[in-house]
Amino acid sequence: MYTAAIPPVSAATEHDKAAIVIDQLNKHFDNVHALRDLSAKIFYGRLTGLVGPDGAGKTTLLRILAGLLRPDTGHVTLADFDVVTNNDAIHVISGYMPQRFGLYEDLTVIENMHLQAQLRGMDTSQQTALFTRLLDFTRLAPFTKRLSGKLSGGMKQKLGLACALMARPKVLLLDEPSVGVDPVSRQDLWHMVQELTGEGMAVIWSTAYLDEAERCDSVLLLNEGQFAFDGPPGELTQHLRNRSFRLEAVGTQRRAVLAEALDLDSVSDGVIQGASVRLVLRVGSSPEQIQMLANRTGAQLVPVPARFEDAFIDLLGGGPGGTSALAEHLPPVELTTSSAVSCHNLTKRFGDFIATDNVSFEVHKGEIFGLLGPNGAGKSTTFKMLCGLLKPTSGEAHVVGLDLRRAPGIAKAQLGYMAQKFSLYDLLSVQQNLEFSAGVYGLGSNIRRDRIEEMISIFDLRRWLSVAPGSLPLGHKQRLALACALMHRPPVLFLDEPTSGVDPITRREFWTHINGLARKGVTIMVTTHFMDEAEYCDRVAILYRARLIALDTPDALKRDAASANCPDPTMEDAFIHLIETSALTDEIEI
Amino acid sequence: MNSASGQEKITVRHFDPVRFMALVRKESLQAIRDPSTLLIALVLPLILLFLFAYAVSLDVRHVRIGVVLESPGATARTLADAFSGTLYLDVTYAYDRREIAGKLVSGELRGYVVIPQDFERHFAETGQPLVQIITDGSQPNTADFVANYTQGVIQTWAASFTETMSTPAVQLEPRYWFNPELASRSALVPGAIAIIMTIIGTLLTALVVAREWERGTMEVILSTPASVLEILAGKLLPYFVLGMLSTLIAAALAVFLFDVPLRGSLPALLVLSAVFMIPALGQGLLISSLTRNQFLASQLALFSGYLPAFMLSGFLFEIDAMPAPVRAITWLIPARYFVSSLKTIFLAGDIWEVFIPDLIGMATIGLVFFLIAQRHTRKSLE
Repeated sequence: MYTAAIPPVSAATEHDKAAIVIDQLNKHFDNVHALRDLSAKIFYGRLTGLVGPDGAGKTTLLRILAGLLRPDTGHVTLADFDVVTNNDAIHVISGYMPQRFGLYEDLTVIENMHLQAQLRGMDTSQQTALFTRLLDFTRLAPFTKRLSGKLSGGMKQKLGLACALMARPKVLLLDEPSVGVDPVSRQDLWHMVQELTGEGMAVIWSTAYLDEAERCDSVLLLNEGQFAFDGPPGELTQHLRNRSFRLEAVGTQRRAVLAEALDLDSVSDGVIQGASVRLVLRVGSSPEQIQMLANRTGAQLVPVPARFEDAFIDLLGGGPGGTSALAEHLPPVELTTSSAVSCHNLTKRFGDFIATDNVSFEVHKGEIFGLLGPNGAGKSTTFKMLCGLLKPTSGEAHVVGLDLRRAPGIAKAQLGYMAQKFSLYDLLSVQQNLEFSAGVYGLGSNIRRDRIEEMISIFDLRRWLSVAPGSLPLGHKQRLALACALMHRPPVLFLDEPTSGVDPITRREFWTHINGLARKGVTIMVTTHFMDEAEYCDRVAILYRARLIALDTPDALKRDAASANCPDPTMEDAFIHLIETSALTDEIEI
Repeated sequence: MNSASGQEKITVRHFDPVRFMALVRKESLQAIRDPSTLLIALVLPLILLFLFAYAVSLDVRHVRIGVVLESPGATARTLADAFSGTLYLDVTYAYDRREIAGKLVSGELRGYVVIPQDFERHFAETGQPLVQIITDGSQPNTADFVANYTQGVIQTWAASFTETMSTPAVQLEPRYWFNPELASRSALVPGAIAIIMTIIGTLLTALVVAREWERGTMEVILSTPASVLEILAGKLLPYFVLGMLSTLIAAALAVFLFDVPLRGSLPALLVLSAVFMIPALGQGLLISSLTRNQFLASQLALFSGYLPAFMLSGFLFEIDAMPAPVRAITWLIPARYFVSSLKTIFLAGDIWEVFIPDLIGMATIGLVFFLIAQRHTRKSLE
């Protein structure tokens, strides 16, 4: 499919030579030691994954490689050019795509490409041929006249890639190219990059998605500024052999089982996968305890192959425990209606554009309900109508039986909302953020004091009270956002991409709380880009081109996607399958 | 470089016309497509110009005062009549000061003159007209004017009354050069051009550079072989052109719509404007090298560019009337030189004795801005 691509940039003899040599690299920002004594070699013709949680130093390292930051000590060379002493050469031989696309939103696709070509000093005769190839490669040819600001996230990323490839670089540096990109576009990007490495280019792909690491030829695992691992991903997962298990057919008790399992001392990590619970044992532990747990709950214990994520969590000393102090403190939710959230023929139009088209579903009390879809499918619009932030053009939405159009105020008091990126007030201290959210939900002064005190002790925020939320560690920031959304003890909780850009350990802690809340009867509505998180949901609704194309349990969705090629599909496979069968065309992002 | 073994030297030219033009084209397209840029560059100047031409007036005419005639005599009445004979005052007459005091409090009147009961007796005895002048001190300028002008009226009246006794040896007949009607519009509109150019040069430049940082596009541009010189020059050229365009529009409006004379020549006006763009753009660039945040950049541009140009350039307030320390500061404000030249070229003509020191002043300040900005801008993200 991608036959007409970029011509090879380097001769085969270069394959065994290192494209990048990092030697004793150190970098400080003020008091932060961002990169510590890094040494590594990166080779031509390979896709090297730079993997690590947020804040590990991935972007800093890539910027040094791109010649945009100077190392404090140590040396880095790209194709034998030093990034400091031969900075100009670095800009000629490397292509760099930063995290935020780096496109001019008010220029069209083709204008962005022309600009990059001219900045790279390409002559005009060369341009036409290369442009045709790149447009074909990225499947952007039909959209050349469109302003790049009007492209979907996936298309922007492909355009960014096309711009970075303009120089025919020997080394391609991609900073989190898959963030905010739906699984279909993500797969596209993978194919493109794999093709480039096949031609001898050295490609560095930085990512916080650990499942992507498994697909790389080689992985540099960066944690807190240090390489925790350097080598093929399989080498790391090998250590985890015979330590990963799945408790199958746990069914409705899965949240209780997970919580119990995580509190066992032989278990280091665990997640929910549809009706199953996936567990990882601590090193040297026997599966005895979890076998007992399986016998007691009537589940089946099956060994499964280790994943890179298991190895990563293990390397960091295991995930958090299974008990949520938050959920323990909450009283069970009493609801008079059995339906917590419902919508009927919900439609939203913006001018000619239909963002949500005739969507109906019902969410039961105590359910975790996931809303998934590619970028621009109408997830956010639907979500915002359900929590009363946006007025539907037609149709109805109810929260705990209250019509959002007739009684928006009362209905909103019944729901908690955690927006993307946590949306805390950075100019207020942690304490003031808590007070503000208690005040904005109109809690009386006694209740307010008690609730704030409760949240501080549950979430262990006491020593952070006077600092700005921006300077909190990520996990604490998330706790604070959750505390603010739950201050008025709402029976329904809306979470808009709550774990976007959050490292796996913090994500696990978050889901421990969410599972605990669900067991107390709190209804959870969640949107997410992480397909493995969809597995935590009781049911998943998939939106595509403004319409609801599937609504079922994660297991049922996966079952439908099973084929001879793919007997045990992941949630991501199921998602791609659904989108593709629904579209039957590859031009999915309009 | 395709067959490179990586050993050969790669050199990058520091100024490449192709790259430069690519950047200029990009910047121009962005400026044309971004409604906020056009708003700042074309609509805002028009609003300002209309504001200064029609709404703001520094002329004192038809000031409302009261005259309280408590003395019933005929001499007193002739003095009272003397107040109504001038364009500068609108007089309300009364016979009791209580009728009028309330109007001063409510702001209806700016002051009043009391001709007291014993006015005639006192005048007959001493030859001195004894009146009381009360003014509204909350508006000091107007109060001064009222005090001075009423005194003037009284003196003129007294003089005419005693004319037979002595004729003044010197007859004063004032003439105002360059702006005979002392119309503030003729002085304000040329000055407004300096304000407009400051907005375009400083505010817009500071904003567009900060925008590149905010949107992450600077990171990409810096990762290409383009040099700092090309990047900055590519940014400045379009805004230079935009600024000159805006000046021409403003000058045309001044001459054809607001009837401000242009006594100097158009080429001289263009030279002055072009040279003023050096400090204006330089200041914008300097701000953008200090902050990468659009909000902060616009605040800095307003406080360091727009406000000084407004207050300290001699555009609105006369520099000679300022206290010495403030007067010293005005030498550092580029708009000061431009306003002086603009007023000269519009109201007097091409007087190069005025222009040349002004041009030198603007260019010097501009060069200093550029030098500092260049030292602060490196091809790095730090």
